[in-house]
Amino acid sequence: MTDLLTPVLSANWADERSWKLTNYERRGGYSALRTALSMTPTEVMTTVKDSNLRGRGGAGFPTGMKWSFVPQDNPNPKYLVVNGDESEPGTCKDMPLMLASPHTLVEGVIISSYAINAHHAFIYIRGEVLHVIRRVQQAVREAYSAGYIGTNILGTGYDLEVIVHAGAGAYICGEETALLDSLEGRRGQPRLRPPFPAVAGLYASPTVINNVESIASVPSIIANGKEWFSSMGTEKSKGFTLYSLSGHVARPGQFEAPMGITMRQLLELSGGIREGHQLKFFTPGGSSTPILTPDHLDVPLDYEGMAGAGTMLGTKALQCFDETTSVVRTTLRWVEFYKHESCGKCTPCREGNWWLVQLLSKLEAGKGEEGDIEKLLDLCDNIGGKSFCALADGAVACVTSAVKHFRSEFEQGYHTPAWELFPYSRSALFTSETAGAHA
Amino acid sequence: MSVETTTDLVTLTIDGVQVSVPKGTLIIRAAERIGVAIPRFCDHPLLDPQGACRQCMVEIPDAGNGRGFPKPQASCTVEVAQGMKVNTQLSSAVAEKAQRGILELLLINHPLDCPICDKGGECPLQNQAMSTGRGESRYEGVKRTFPKPVAISAQILLDRERCVLCARCTRFSEQISGDPFIALVERGALQQVGFYEDHPYDSYFSGNVTQICPVGALTSAAYRFQARPFDLVSTTTACEHCASGCELRTDHRHYQVKRRLAGNAPEVNEEWNCDKGRFGFRYSRGDDRVTTPLVRRGDLLEPASWHEAIDAAVTGLKAAGSSVGVLTGGRLTLETAYAYSRFARAVLGTNHIDFRSRPHSAEEADFLAASVAGKPLDPSVTYEAIERARQVLLVSFEPEDESPIVFLRLRKAVRKRKLQVATLAPFLSRGSGKLGARLVPTLPGHEVQVLDDLVSADGGFTVDADTLILVGERAAGSQGCLTAVTKLAAATGAKFAWVPRRAGDVGAVDAGCLPNLLPGGRPVSDAAARVDVASAWGVDHLPAEPGLDGDAILDAAASGTLQALVVAGVELGDLRDPRGARSALESASFVVSLEQRVSDVTARADVVLPVALLEEQAGTFLNWEHRPRPVGLVNRQNKAPMTDIRVLAALADAMGTDLGFRTPTQAMVSFTELGAWDGSPVALPGVAASHDAPKPGGPFTLATWRVLLDDARGLDNEPDLARTAPVAVIKVSPATAAALGVGDGAMVAVSGPAGSIERPLAVVDGMLDNVVWVPGNSGAKVQEALGALAGDQVSLDVRNGGVA
Repeated sequence: MTDLLTPVLSANWADERSWKLTNYERRGGYSALRTALSMTPTEVMTTVKDSNLRGRGGAGFPTGMKWSFVPQDNPNPKYLVVNGDESEPGTCKDMPLMLASPHTLVEGVIISSYAINAHHAFIYIRGEVLHVIRRVQQAVREAYSAGYIGTNILGTGYDLEVIVHAGAGAYICGEETALLDSLEGRRGQPRLRPPFPAVAGLYASPTVINNVESIASVPSIIANGKEWFSSMGTEKSKGFTLYSLSGHVARPGQFEAPMGITMRQLLELSGGIREGHQLKFFTPGGSSTPILTPDHLDVPLDYEGMAGAGTMLGTKALQCFDETTSVVRTTLRWVEFYKHESCGKCTPCREGNWWLVQLLSKLEAGKGEEGDIEKLLDLCDNIGGKSFCALADGAVACVTSAVKHFRSEFEQGYHTPAWELFPYSRSALFTSETAGAHA
Repeated sequence: MSVETTTDLVTLTIDGVQVSVPKGTLIIRAAERIGVAIPRFCDHPLLDPQGACRQCMVEIPDAGNGRGFPKPQASCTVEVAQGMKVNTQLSSAVAEKAQRGILELLLINHPLDCPICDKGGECPLQNQAMSTGRGESRYEGVKRTFPKPVAISAQILLDRERCVLCARCTRFSEQISGDPFIALVERGALQQVGFYEDHPYDSYFSGNVTQICPVGALTSAAYRFQARPFDLVSTTTACEHCASGCELRTDHRHYQVKRRLAGNAPEVNEEWNCDKGRFGFRYSRGDDRVTTPLVRRGDLLEPASWHEAIDAAVTGLKAAGSSVGVLTGGRLTLETAYAYSRFARAVLGTNHIDFRSRPHSAEEADFLAASVAGKPLDPSVTYEAIERARQVLLVSFEPEDESPIVFLRLRKAVRKRKLQVATLAPFLSRGSGKLGARLVPTLPGHEVQVLDDLVSADGGFTVDADTLILVGERAAGSQGCLTAVTKLAAATGAKFAWVPRRAGDVGAVDAGCLPNLLPGGRPVSDAAARVDVASAWGVDHLPAEPGLDGDAILDAAASGTLQALVVAGVELGDLRDPRGARSALESASFVVSLEQRVSDVTARADVVLPVALLEEQAGTFLNWEHRPRPVGLVNRQNKAPMTDIRVLAALADAMGTDLGFRTPTQAMVSFTELGAWDGSPVALPGVAASHDAPKPGGPFTLATWRVLLDDARGLDNEPDLARTAPVAVIKVSPATAAALGVGDGAMVAVSGPAGSIERPLAVVDGMLDNVVWVPGNSGAKVQEALGALAGDQVSLDVRNGGVA
């Protein structure tokens, strides 16, 4: 069973003090950096491009191609920015990665910066995760001391400064242009595109913004070769990735496996749904990806497979819910998150999420009226695809997919409170959760 | 110079209609070209695109590359492309539904308090709710509310619950005026316009945000709850407060002006104006309006009939013969100035006329005769020329304080076209700082030496043919400065323009309200010019001797050389020597004052003749570009006094002569028929810098100018605006402050021969040492309080042990 797993990023997570430089080096850490620095930047870029590594932050854009968009004839400095603002409900892969093996990321940052001729790299980490920020700061400090960062790295003449930046706790700053505004010291709100960050990003200079996992995957590609990487995965989704199982599963956690593994296989690896219960629905990649049901247990969890099922691979955050869970309640909690995190810049997201929460609250309380579901769907249609950035698209995706698969449960909201249909204490994983729940 | 033309056209199809527009045009504006109005809130043609309200969604089935956008797009952020196809709400159900959806969302948290909202009746949200909204709301939830209103400045109030968060106000404050004291704060549905309480939104341009706000969220204390838009009568007119020449829309009701808005004049003020122009219209609402003629009987000025007053005036003037001086001020329109000019020459028979109710010089009169008078609008010195120039040099001119729309255009050029600005000043003012200007440190009075250095081009700022020199009226106070500017321009091919402070000044020069000039730029000293004018006016001859200038007229009146004075629109406190001017009027044998409000002049006059306000008459101002700015008759009650022109005509009649016209329109016909002088040009002035040692008075050189919002009488009765004025301080360099042993905020006093002005100290980095700056008329008129002018030596000492 466990031969389905391909631990690369997570291979050293169980090591003693895996986050220390010496322990990382003992496993061959930073040898990929030496290899990369012996290549030309273009060769490094081509290797990553040919490996078919695609962005692990959700959109799946080919990483090497993104690098190649940086106009090297632009006189401004080039910047690498690592997006570590992981805040999506359910998503929990970058934080453990940075916590357990920050040097994997740091090594990736140096190699990637070298590939795009950047001399400044920024690691932007969500503000709430102070322990992770400290780990990465410590790792960067160690790498400076070891000569992996700084001037004349390993005697090659290549200079790089790495700055670890703590966000201030806004989901929107995971949107790459909002992240840039935040990094520049402004309020995090998405920017108009064009210009795209590759041309005018941080401080109006060419900028590559990559997810933590994408960058952390780079050292292994350099170390083992593009063929090694693309030997894993499916036709268009190559390599290994972190699948994060959470919720009503027996053994939640990180499962590093080749692209295209199925939910059924992952559930087998995690011991299935908790004892005595059955899977009701799950998110493939965080709350912004339309939910799936047990009908989709055998669909490959890769970019194409998920698109084929009408959803997205997203961050591969598989939140699992069993039959005790109210879909209406779950959807409401998600939308409450989006309402709270909407930056306020554009009308549909700002006002729409405000309204969605009120409508869903009505349905949760069993106080809905005939026509409310149609109103809900029409509202989603007026919000989705109309907003400035994709935040609101994610917000409505969970609503529309929930109605699509579980419409009758929403209809029950016309007369019966969700807490009567699905007593909330039954879906609680921890006894403390029952306190304070609805009567 | 050629008008910029765009040949780079892009052809696209909007709602099935082909249209060609310049490359870079946004779809929303391309649609306007074919008469399709896409609803919008955040979009504003003079602000950078924002794409925030999402109201202007359209469908783009083909972006010009054969592929369409999968989702509807905000037409205010997408530029046109060759072959693009766009379907607006008129031809696309998707676009139509998107727009209706957004409008419904905009209204869910809106209070719908239109019946008590000042914007109701002219509100883009209200209008577009009618065009694009639903009859009834589907929203049954709780609306977001905020305490209201919040005063973001003394003048501007914010009702947050009405706000649609379009960011027009914050973009205006950041992009246009450069005063980013308001910003969007908080997030989600709690996002709101915020400000820092220690630093309210005190901007000279803050009123514009009330005008561009597409809802009733931003209102002014001056207009709030004053009127309903549909009850107002609008008149297009021009602003009287400076020589920028803004077009205004003045709204009145019941014979009372309720508000003034920036007019839409792309070639001049675009769609902006300053707060002085917007809010400074209540100056006549006090109890000081002169409503009836007054005649002096002994020590008392007593109300009299018009017959009595005219008789008294004529008796006095006839007795004086041609020994009369005429002083006109800055409030006069071109027509009115022309009437005074003709009255002086043709009726009184004197060239003793001067409009310069401020420090002036003979060099300046020659400069005005040679370089300003009778000139048509020259495309190389216009607002557009500012935008196109590579460099602008400011000489004795602080645009933000002295011609705020020139400032805005400079800032636009700096922001959009990387215009380089340099300024001859003792320190970089806030306005110059916002222009990114390079400071050419200049001791007041030493402009000539600095200008001479700019010709020699030592690697610093080099004046060339792509440079526009803007020289302010204060240059007259620095001997040789205007000569040096004309020489610099001649030597380098640079263009220059004279930018006076007052609205009527360029018109007064053209009208010949100068001792050396007849109308149309005709020199008094030129016999042909005199014949020209005399024949047009139907008089035998005109006085041949150039007259006395303003200062000399007052001296002559004081000494009895002149028998009478006719004064209109002059504040004695503005003159070089206010005390001297007052005593001159007191000792003058006979003074006729034509005035709107009681003043230092009316109090000393023998006959006071009330005249109409600007809003009670039509006319023309010439702005600094020499562009005619039509003044519209806003409202006129039956009891309103006659215009200056009508009163002058009555005086002329009673004196047995004829002014030649009785209305502004007739005056303009007479002026236009006269035309500009086509005879020999007037020689440029040739005055060298003064090498006299400065008058002893103290170790510091005085620098001063009037800030935009100060104690000007034109700002009377507008207390909310006054509270947004900059705090009056005394500015010195760090070294000068250190030498005094005090720092920011310490109470210091600057002293001249006549007295002192006490103000808190403000230490200004980069300021020339041993210079002390004090605002010209904020709490005290400098020349009056100190008896000193810019460039004079003054002393500076600490007061109260430095405690403010």
